[in-house]
Amino acid sequence: MLMYLCRRIASIVPVVLVVGVLVFLMLRLTPGDPAAVIAGNSASNEDIAQIRAQLGLDKPIAVQFFIWAGKMATGDFGESFFYKKTVASLIADRLEPTLALAVLTIILATVISVPLGTLAAYRQGSWIDRLVMGFSVAGFSAPVFVIAYLLIYIFSVKLNWFPVQGYQRLSDGFGGFLYRLVLPSITLSIVYVALLARMTRTSVLEVLNEDYVRTARAKGLSPMKVVVRHALRNAAVPIVTVIGISIALLISGVVVTESVFNIPGLGRLTVDAVLARDYPTVQAVVLLFAMTYVLINLAIDLLYMALDPRIRY
Amino acid sequence: MIFRSARVHVAACLALVIGFAAPTRADAETTLRAVMQSDLKILDPIWTTAYIVRNYGYMVYDTLFAMDAKGEIKPEMVDTYSVSADNLTWTFTLRDGLLFHDGAPVTSDDCIASIKRWGARDAVGQTLMTFVKEMKVVDAKTFTIGLNAPTGLMLQGLGKPSSNPAFIMPKRVAETPPNEQIKEYIGSGPFVFKAEEWKPGVKAVFVKNEKYKPRPEPPSGMAGGKVVKVDRVEWIVMNDQQTAVNALKAGEIDFMEQPQIDLLPEIAKSSDVKLVDGNPLGYQFAFRFNVLHKPFDNAKIREAVLYAFNQEDFLKATIGDPSYYTECKALFICGTPFASDVGMTDKLESNFKKAREMLKDAGYDGTPVVLLQSTDLAVLTNLAPVGKSLMEKIGLKVDMQSMDWQTVVARRTKKDDPAKGGWNAMFTSWVAADVLNPVSAAFINASCDKAPFGWPCDAELEKLRAAFAREADPAKQKAIADAVQVRETEYPTYINVGEYRLPFAMRKSVEGVIAAPVTIFWNVEKKGG
Repeated sequence: MLMYLCRRIASIVPVVLVVGVLVFLMLRLTPGDPAAVIAGNSASNEDIAQIRAQLGLDKPIAVQFFIWAGKMATGDFGESFFYKKTVASLIADRLEPTLALAVLTIILATVISVPLGTLAAYRQGSWIDRLVMGFSVAGFSAPVFVIAYLLIYIFSVKLNWFPVQGYQRLSDGFGGFLYRLVLPSITLSIVYVALLARMTRTSVLEVLNEDYVRTARAKGLSPMKVVVRHALRNAAVPIVTVIGISIALLISGVVVTESVFNIPGLGRLTVDAVLARDYPTVQAVVLLFAMTYVLINLAIDLLYMALDPRIRY
Repeated sequence: MIFRSARVHVAACLALVIGFAAPTRADAETTLRAVMQSDLKILDPIWTTAYIVRNYGYMVYDTLFAMDAKGEIKPEMVDTYSVSADNLTWTFTLRDGLLFHDGAPVTSDDCIASIKRWGARDAVGQTLMTFVKEMKVVDAKTFTIGLNAPTGLMLQGLGKPSSNPAFIMPKRVAETPPNEQIKEYIGSGPFVFKAEEWKPGVKAVFVKNEKYKPRPEPPSGMAGGKVVKVDRVEWIVMNDQQTAVNALKAGEIDFMEQPQIDLLPEIAKSSDVKLVDGNPLGYQFAFRFNVLHKPFDNAKIREAVLYAFNQEDFLKATIGDPSYYTECKALFICGTPFASDVGMTDKLESNFKKAREMLKDAGYDGTPVVLLQSTDLAVLTNLAPVGKSLMEKIGLKVDMQSMDWQTVVARRTKKDDPAKGGWNAMFTSWVAADVLNPVSAAFINASCDKAPFGWPCDAELEKLRAAFAREADPAKQKAIADAVQVRETEYPTYINVGEYRLPFAMRKSVEGVIAAPVTIFWNVEKKGG
């Protein structure tokens, strides 16, 4: 077990290396020049060359890579080309909104989707099943920004119940924190409710036909106990996998929601940095996302053992 | 019954949460929340020409002179000034009571150091500095600038409204090498920048400078008394324009600097929001030639394009509503002192017959024009297709290449052959205040390698620009500006494809916005929440 853990943690190193090289090269191959962006409309080529030299972009790409990699090895993410702030401080500022949104969304999605999916499986073929599956299709089909604008129009502009945009840090009060996250997390959770409900239904359906479920029923256990204690627990492995992947996707992929609700999270930071060709920021954020994926996958694998004693590493 | 009970619970929870979260009335009364044109990324208004940084500069710093609503340069930090009979020595005396945000008085030393740094970066400043022999401190509040030849640029330079204005900084800050960014953000302007509250990509915060001593005159353009009437101004970064409009309607923000043109009808319908034309000079669309490569290395072919284009097509395609655009052929912005249509009357009329003949006479060999199209800036996107269509009508082959603005910005610096990653032409836009005379208008700079991208190279234009800089008599300056415009029709460096304005959108409770070429927040107040 310990060896497995060490092996998995050690596997982060090659992942980070490969991702690091790829993102570094891809950024350099992407058209665009941060120095020209900074210099503005009136700048001469001489001005731009000066800025390029200040940013270290006049050096050969290999030299730039080794300078960056050397700094990364010591935990120094570098300085943003534009903000003249450390990338680490920019990421630290943006981490809380993204994590908060991801966690709230996944809690909301799980709390709604698992019972819905289980109910749909238990009542397979009934109107409840059809309703859940219909919602699932609709949830997948509706683009996030459409749902977002619709919710804003109804609940913010018309009813004035929730703010249109913005984020309040947890340290500034839980009420305001939660209040501002309600609409964004509902928006985001719809697609995950759809996904998880469908996945739960399929998994539970498979398990409901197993012998041990039939045995449990034969023992006279109540339907609720059969479903929760025997069916759902055994169906949990694929569900947990999807939830884990969803968390990773949420952390790195909430750009649209963050933009529409003006939440200053990592997604917006990434997009802004890509558009401005802020290389140090993009490189650091992409590496962070890669590490998040690896660590969440590790956590899922470890969770399998708790859910299914047959699984051992 | 159960359902009704649940609704009551939901409503109660909502009320509780809203009670926790809603801002207090007092907070809303004195804080002006504005969504600006872009995010404030850089904090040195001398180091960069970015307009958002210039706007930031006007919050934090003050200028010696400023341009009023009539386009005249008036003293701002300066109390009195004089020029010697031979026009070679200027003497400036500062007003009493000018203090930096750290409490230190503004001195002549600070002004001289600031002018030196500005003069090393700004295009007009660089020209002005070629005339400056020495700058001397007379006393703490008085300094002189000695010239080696008279120039008309002294007041126009020190009072120029747009990038880069000659902002006054503490001497220790202004002594930062011009090619490095400053690291201390202290000015003597009407607002204090709260560096500790600045969250790049999120918001920038300014509070009222309680120590600021405004001039006694009423505000006019960029000049006059800068009386601050709110306690705090927050520039909120919002990338999504629709969200910003929704936030404005809901009262979460008070002000939008540049609402997208296609959202204006929706904004105009809202009963709580108004549109205000706060920048009457507006902006100018520009079609820039790269003169290094075929076919636009030939001035006659560039002139043919001048005959092929008309402004209305561009303005209709991009702005649409005629109340927000002006067909104006003058290079130096209609309604300003150097505006004129001299040399332009038969140009920009889409005279395709004449343009085709000119193209034939110029020996056009079919080399395609590589035209860069920016696809992510709404105000620029439609310009290139119109330009392509008009050029094709006279027989030019056009290869329009679409890309995001940052790629255009990088690509336009390349001198390579257009077939190998270079370019022939592109569209951009200028704040009108940057295009007021032949020295400040960067696209008229024809100093070859030292000129901005496009690199026009014309001794005649440079001679005229130098003559303009030397001339102190406004009437003679006007004659030179006319001559520049005529020369621009013979050796086009760019084409003015129309002027437009973008109104501010704001809550009806916001009053006192001053019409000026730059977005400024003094005199602005919030009434009734």
